[in-house]
Amino acid sequence: MPTLIDKFSEARRVEHHRPWPRVVVGEVTWRVAARELADGQATLLGLWGDTDAVHMAMLAEPSGEIAVVTYECSNGTFPSVGAVHPPAIRLERAIHTLYGLEPLGLPDQRPWLDLGFWDVAHPLGARNAAPPERARYEFLPAEGESLHQIAVGPVHAGIIEPGHFRFTVNGETVVRLEQRLGYVHKGIESLMAGAPLDKAARLAGRVSGDSTVAYALAFAHAVEAALEVTVPPRAVYLRAFMAELERLANHFGDIGAICNDASFSIMHAHCGILRERVLRTADSCFNHRLMMDGIVPGGLAEEPLLLGASKIKALIAEIRGLFPKLVELYDNTASLQERTVSTGIAKPALVKQFGAGGYVGRASGRAFDARRAPGYAPYDQLKFDVPVLNEGDVNARVWVRIREVEQSLSLIEQIVDHLPDGPARVEVQPAEGMREGLGLVEAFRGDVLVWLRLDGDRVARCHLRDASWFQWPLLEAAVEDNIVADFPLCNKSFNCSYSGHDL
Amino acid sequence: MRKILFESLVKRPLTEPSPGRDDAALAELAANVDRAARRKLGRSLSIREVDAGSCNGCELEIHALNNAFYDLERFGFRFVASPRHADVLLVTGPVTRNMREALERTYNATPAPKWVVAVGDCAIDGGIFSGSYAVVGGVKAVVPVDLHIRGCPPRPTDLLKGLLALLEKQ
Repeated sequence: MPTLIDKFSEARRVEHHRPWPRVVVGEVTWRVAARELADGQATLLGLWGDTDAVHMAMLAEPSGEIAVVTYECSNGTFPSVGAVHPPAIRLERAIHTLYGLEPLGLPDQRPWLDLGFWDVAHPLGARNAAPPERARYEFLPAEGESLHQIAVGPVHAGIIEPGHFRFTVNGETVVRLEQRLGYVHKGIESLMAGAPLDKAARLAGRVSGDSTVAYALAFAHAVEAALEVTVPPRAVYLRAFMAELERLANHFGDIGAICNDASFSIMHAHCGILRERVLRTADSCFNHRLMMDGIVPGGLAEEPLLLGASKIKALIAEIRGLFPKLVELYDNTASLQERTVSTGIAKPALVKQFGAGGYVGRASGRAFDARRAPGYAPYDQLKFDVPVLNEGDVNARVWVRIREVEQSLSLIEQIVDHLPDGPARVEVQPAEGMREGLGLVEAFRGDVLVWLRLDGDRVARCHLRDASWFQWPLLEAAVEDNIVADFPLCNKSFNCSYSGHDL
Repeated sequence: MRKILFESLVKRPLTEPSPGRDDAALAELAANVDRAARRKLGRSLSIREVDAGSCNGCELEIHALNNAFYDLERFGFRFVASPRHADVLLVTGPVTRNMREALERTYNATPAPKWVVAVGDCAIDGGIFSGSYAVVGGVKAVVPVDLHIRGCPPRPTDLLKGLLALLEKQ
């Protein structure tokens, strides 16, 4: 069976790109690659701009093999992938907005992320002064009798991130939802350029606060791949411990919040207690409730405090005592089930096409989990299942997360039982010249991709792709034909990141 | 469900004692908060949270204020869904250029007397995100700020201390 990279026959392989290969291709092969995605032969993992070039990361499933394909934009243009493969559309709109590189044939030419408030146009490219007058942003039309629009955001009613949702509804039923995002765009990739490694790691940990461990880990993986650093086993295990704590905390918070959106507050209250217990355990080990800045390239910032196995086992015992009762309550409450079952269905075909990861993918039949394939240590030495369901509704997403809580508890037990001794960090020595690395880590909401190019001891370019890029568009599809009142449930069951997407 | 409810009745509450007010916050407030206006509102304040560009870390800890351990409502605070119902704006994040107008409009929609509490290190001066083409800076670059609560993100206890100082300042 030919591997992914063999298909790009006339490709020029780039040196010092690890752990997966990067190849520079011409127009014909670039189009072949796009066609591979459109035909479902490979999954789009990421598509991002660079100085006069675009890079596309592709994944072969189920092997987990990854390749990065580069097209050099000699005249500032590249053949649009979105023209044949819709999941690339928003990514290409972002590339055009940020870099000024033009995707030829892209069906949607509207800007993305730039909402008309910046002083500069193409801030990562030519950095021209922004034009004084800009075209009005036109939302996609929906036509028919008795339709009306509901505009929501950017400031929402809850304690959540800002974004704009434009609903077109017929009575109670949503006919079309269109998202407009970018409100929390902070220009993180521009701050990354030229940053020393320690600052870049802190920035990576602040792309999306709920996934700070996963981002710091993906960034560290990319740096360690680029510089061929081997991390000590103790650090590898402790990182997984942190990642599973983060997963638990988010799953508890969100399972409770989904039920709260159906006004079932007792679940919210009890899940909130479990979340708080997890955060306090994290705090007692890492002196930070969210474990920010705990992971650095080379290992852990510091050896954890008070990592008493008995304390962690007590946490697991408490969760195992209470959580099954909550699961039973969730499953046996008809009024709650009425809201979650068959609501907000993400169709398996769309999920596969978009390569949506996390519980959004796994609740709709896509078994991808970056911990399993391509996989990374220590998960190859630990036993865990990847729960998959096919219904694709709010209920299935809740159930995948319930099952993942059980898996994370088991993983934490295994980690605590087999925690190696030794140092938790090695010194990272910068290399001469350019080095490139890629990291793919399973955050609680899905796979986070970090690609970077190091120049000596500094970051020359770093791209961070949140799982939400391939989940937000599916939310638009999943709420179609649902009632407006069920949107909060659908939205919370996806829980896409705004900050992670907007960067 | 009855079993869970019954167990909750016989178990001791999880709620922690009040952490007390933050003296540094009180000092900052002394210069900012109008005593007469404060008296009019009594001991109950409605809070509208505005994410003006945060990484969402601060929001997670603000959420935690509502859990059984911190139980913010026992002090008379509650989160409201509209700035028109709010006395306090709790603003997080470096203010992004894309959120500046939304923050200004939210501030203008909040009836006086009102206070602005800037939450987190980014909200002070943009923090790690300052210098970006997409970031204006701290909250005070856009709306007047009465109180800063530091931290990345601030712990719920620090948030409570800051808010209690706001309540105690009579």
